[in-house]
Amino acid sequence: MKYLPLIVRNLFRKKTRAFLTLGSIAVALFLFGLLVTVETALSQGVEVAGADRLVVINRVSLIQPLPIAYRDRLLQIPGVTAVTYASWFGGVYQDERNFFPQFAIDPESFLKMYPEYSVPPAQWKTFLGDREGCVVGQATAKRFGWKVGDRIPLRGTIFPGTWEFNLDGIYTGKRPDDDTTQFWFHRKYLEERGPEWFKGYVGWYVVRVDNPDHAVDVVKAIDARFANSAWETHTDTEKAFAASFAKQIGNIRFIILSIGGVVFFTLLLVTGNTMAMAVRERIGELAVLKTVGFTDAGVLGLVLAEALTLALLGGVIGLGLAKAFTLSGDPTGGLLPIFYLAPWKMALGLLLAAMVGVLSGIVPAVTAMRLKIVDALRRV
Amino acid sequence: MVRVDGSDVDGSLIRVRNLDKTYRRGSEEIHVLQGLNLDVGAGEFVAFMGPSGSGKTTLLNLLGGLDTPSAGSIRVGEDTVTAMSGRRLTGWRARHVGFVFQMYNLIPVLTAFQNVELPLLLTNLSRAERRRHVETALSLMGLSDRMKHYPRQLSGGQEQRVAIARAIVADPTFLLCDEPTGDLDRKSADEILGLISALVSEHGKTVLMVTHDPRAAEWANVILHLEKGALVDSPQGNAGS
Repeated sequence: MKYLPLIVRNLFRKKTRAFLTLGSIAVALFLFGLLVTVETALSQGVEVAGADRLVVINRVSLIQPLPIAYRDRLLQIPGVTAVTYASWFGGVYQDERNFFPQFAIDPESFLKMYPEYSVPPAQWKTFLGDREGCVVGQATAKRFGWKVGDRIPLRGTIFPGTWEFNLDGIYTGKRPDDDTTQFWFHRKYLEERGPEWFKGYVGWYVVRVDNPDHAVDVVKAIDARFANSAWETHTDTEKAFAASFAKQIGNIRFIILSIGGVVFFTLLLVTGNTMAMAVRERIGELAVLKTVGFTDAGVLGLVLAEALTLALLGGVIGLGLAKAFTLSGDPTGGLLPIFYLAPWKMALGLLLAAMVGVLSGIVPAVTAMRLKIVDALRRV
Repeated sequence: MVRVDGSDVDGSLIRVRNLDKTYRRGSEEIHVLQGLNLDVGAGEFVAFMGPSGSGKTTLLNLLGGLDTPSAGSIRVGEDTVTAMSGRRLTGWRARHVGFVFQMYNLIPVLTAFQNVELPLLLTNLSRAERRRHVETALSLMGLSDRMKHYPRQLSGGQEQRVAIARAIVADPTFLLCDEPTGDLDRKSADEILGLISALVSEHGKTVLMVTHDPRAAEWANVILHLEKGALVDSPQGNAGS
């Protein structure tokens, strides 16, 4: 700590240069924060998927339905302990930009299947008794300023007409990265008002297995059970389903790693150049430090500490801004339902910043360490 | 007591024997110091004079452990400086030597107080003890009211006084001053030399100073000249006193 004033004052001796470098690091870490947030949002299902849940969809595609009659047949398959189902509604609230996912569900089995979601019991009871009722996630309610008791109109796109719902409850996630943008309503309401072609069908099933280790066997058993029927199934673990869904957008992780790699390499050059200049300009001062008794290792440590302080300071600013940005919610209006920068990813960002600091400072620090006092003083 | 003849005498604080320093410039060898002998007792104020390139600064660097000789030995008290290297030499330098340079060499981003405090950061002194030492050193230099000033806010003479405070703050065994008044006007130079002289006469410090200014050298008890790589008495012949 006693060296801190020396480190900080050396760091900001050229204020413009220091702030420009600090800005570069902050911008890079802000970008890193946003990229990992987007990556999390796009692959959120993979992160939060239940290990004991399977998703059963129509073998042709996700948009083809499956008969409601499959529910009981699924329950008969060994290893299956619970089944629920849902259908994509695809309604529009006021404007098409106001996207959020809407599912027609079987309330009883749905909430048991997803214990990570929580609805106040009184609100849930109201919902169960209200055929036109709906429950929305906290994020969507906050986004549109909805309160329990509001009447919410949706314009159907797959299922024509204007559909009105009573907001009976608001659910929350038990984990910070649980999706709280969904809108649930009774499948029975859809069945009643929906078109004839959808009666007796659901979008997909979600199945719970007795043991995640049995998942592969159960997947095979389900698809074999419905093979050669009019509605063949394709079953996958929820994790694999979410991953394949995310892959439709492209190899997000590769794209993010590529962008991140380029940004950090550039950052390394910028910070390295700053540190090299900072050391070159004060060769004489470093020699004086050695003259008064600073060891070679001490001088090396001082220069490295400067680089590290600069990088970490920039990192804290950049990641802090990224966190603040994510706290304001999904900027796309619904495409990224879980717009959340997890603390461990911020820690990862700081670790990367620290690495940039050490790598950019190592060459100038070794130069300073090897400095011969007599030669350096001669240059003053 | 100051002697340059290499005869062993008791009571030397600094004892230099057969010191050689040779530089190589391409294929050419430059013998800066050759067989130099010197004995300096504690509490002496010695001035080294000589033409440019005569090896005055080289001698000072060798005495301070900033450079290593090609041959010969330097002893300070019980320590053989020429047998030390690396961390041990750095530690010895921090404990025993105070340096004053012509260009002051203060750290511009630190205040006068922080500049003087630098050598003490390497010690185990508490913050309060460091403060006390720094305030004492700066008050000795008459700079109690300039502690929070940065070097750019001080005159040349004041900067050099801060540099002297930095050199004495850790209470070193001896001071090495390389042209301490070379960049100052006459009045400031006399003030600085008066302070250095007071450190010798009132505080018993040992000072070895390089200068090319005869008026500055007059402040010393002994003036030695470097000629052909060796030390000789001044024309006044006051070495051996």
